[in-house]
Amino acid sequence: MEFKTFVFYFFSAILVFAALRVITSRNPVHAALFLVLTFFSAAGVWMLLQAEFLAIALILIYVGSVMVLFLFVVMMLDINLDRLREGFWSYLPLGSIIALLMVAEMALILGGNYLGLLESSVPQAAADVSNVKAVGRLIFTEYVYPFELASVILLVGIVAAVALTQRGKRKNKSVNPAQQVFVKASDRVRVLQMPAEKRE
Amino acid sequence: MVDALQELLQGLFGSVFPLVWALLKIVLIIAPLLLCVAYLTFWERKVIGWMQVRVGPNRVGPWGLIQPIADGLKLFLKEVVVPTGSDKRVFVIAPMFAFAPALAAWAVVPFNDTLVLANVNASLLYVMAIGSIGVYGIILAGWASNSKYAFLGGMRSAAQMISYEISMGLALVVVLMVSNSLNLGDIVNSQGKGIFADYGLGFLSWNWLPLLPMFAVYLVSIVAETNRAPFDMAEGESEIVGFHCEYSGMAFAVFFLAEYANMILVSTLTALLFLGGWLSPVGFLPDGLLWLFLKIAAVLFFFLWIRATFPRYRYDQIMRLGWKVFIPLCLIWLVVVGCWMMSPLNIWK
Repeated sequence: MEFKTFVFYFFSAILVFAALRVITSRNPVHAALFLVLTFFSAAGVWMLLQAEFLAIALILIYVGSVMVLFLFVVMMLDINLDRLREGFWSYLPLGSIIALLMVAEMALILGGNYLGLLESSVPQAAADVSNVKAVGRLIFTEYVYPFELASVILLVGIVAAVALTQRGKRKNKSVNPAQQVFVKASDRVRVLQMPAEKRE
Repeated sequence: MVDALQELLQGLFGSVFPLVWALLKIVLIIAPLLLCVAYLTFWERKVIGWMQVRVGPNRVGPWGLIQPIADGLKLFLKEVVVPTGSDKRVFVIAPMFAFAPALAAWAVVPFNDTLVLANVNASLLYVMAIGSIGVYGIILAGWASNSKYAFLGGMRSAAQMISYEISMGLALVVVLMVSNSLNLGDIVNSQGKGIFADYGLGFLSWNWLPLLPMFAVYLVSIVAETNRAPFDMAEGESEIVGFHCEYSGMAFAVFFLAEYANMILVSTLTALLFLGGWLSPVGFLPDGLLWLFLKIAAVLFFFLWIRATFPRYRYDQIMRLGWKVFIPLCLIWLVVVGCWMMSPLNIWK
């Protein structure tokens, strides 16, 4: 077996195992950590495809920030497993329909080569242009409108999230630094002149 | 000599030689690094001692030089207490999560034009990606301790690190914009060109001068990012409790080592990105490794200096500085530098 093939199977095995543990582990924090491991292995597989930019971006964005915020939320949840299990059978039909749909869609994509849906095979990276440059060029020329649209949607998302949390009156007691720097000693402290007293 | 050694090892190991060679290089980077980490703690105590008109550690060995080894031995022999009800596996993994990224990032750090373990195209991105993993150590340590104080401390430190990662990243975007590369070696070499470099005054054409606001933002951000004074919320014993309050012995020591290893890493990055790496500051002296080490030492001294100088920030002040001052400043400067590069006054051609 070639070394590259071995590395691929190594990463893939970890990937599949970690992905399984994400949905089977009982502790939500452990599940989130296994998801981190899944991202890592996926980045490794992408690295093998010479998509180094995508691999690093996956770690930088998903592992570095998205999953951290995920952990923030998951850690603060008070999860009762018994209550979560209650609706298992009633949700099963809907859940299985969605699962089947996803399996079908994935089969269409993964089997695209065999079914003749894809026109070309996996694009090979150009040897002389770095990955980042190639992606950047495509984003800012061919796909500039979808790219800008996506960024506008993200901006709206940020503003909406801030607006939703900041509704109503300000409740915290944080000080206003602009006012704070203009405070003078005479505003806070009053110096009294008192005549010295003599001991009797 | 290197060639002879290479030949010898090739004969010894045969087909697994590349693996052995790579491992040898890794050891050559890691071993001095760990020694530096140990002696950085010693240097810190000495420097702060001198600044406060004390002598600092002076009992173990000549001038106290064996002190870091004695400290390490003491921490090594102490019992690691695992709190009841804690998540034991995560509790043990958390310090490793904090320490490992600080070592892994060195894989792509260049020491001069040719001396680099892995010359990756996107090495700056790699460093940022690996660096962003360090926050897991903190957040997991806080959670796994099963203590409210550690948990809140972990949340606090993690939020601080994420916030300053953004301003750090934006400052780096400006740097890679002007040097037109993501490769650390190329970024250093691009600083060796310019009007001042032609006059033999290379240090004026390094990135710190044309990008002075970004340099300032980056310097403050790395201090906050490594949880160092005056942003050391994790260690404010008297007013606030940090994420590692349940850790003891070697487990705590690993967090401690991670902090200092991170300091050395970000200082190296500062030297490479803003201070011209291995380039010589003046034309009549040759470039070399020594310059890089001198610059790293200077940035490390800056860390210790401000620790001895400034009082601790309040937490809301830290967050305000990160989000309301640095990020808008970086965004505006990004546009300014973009316009500068497009104008006829562009100095980075």
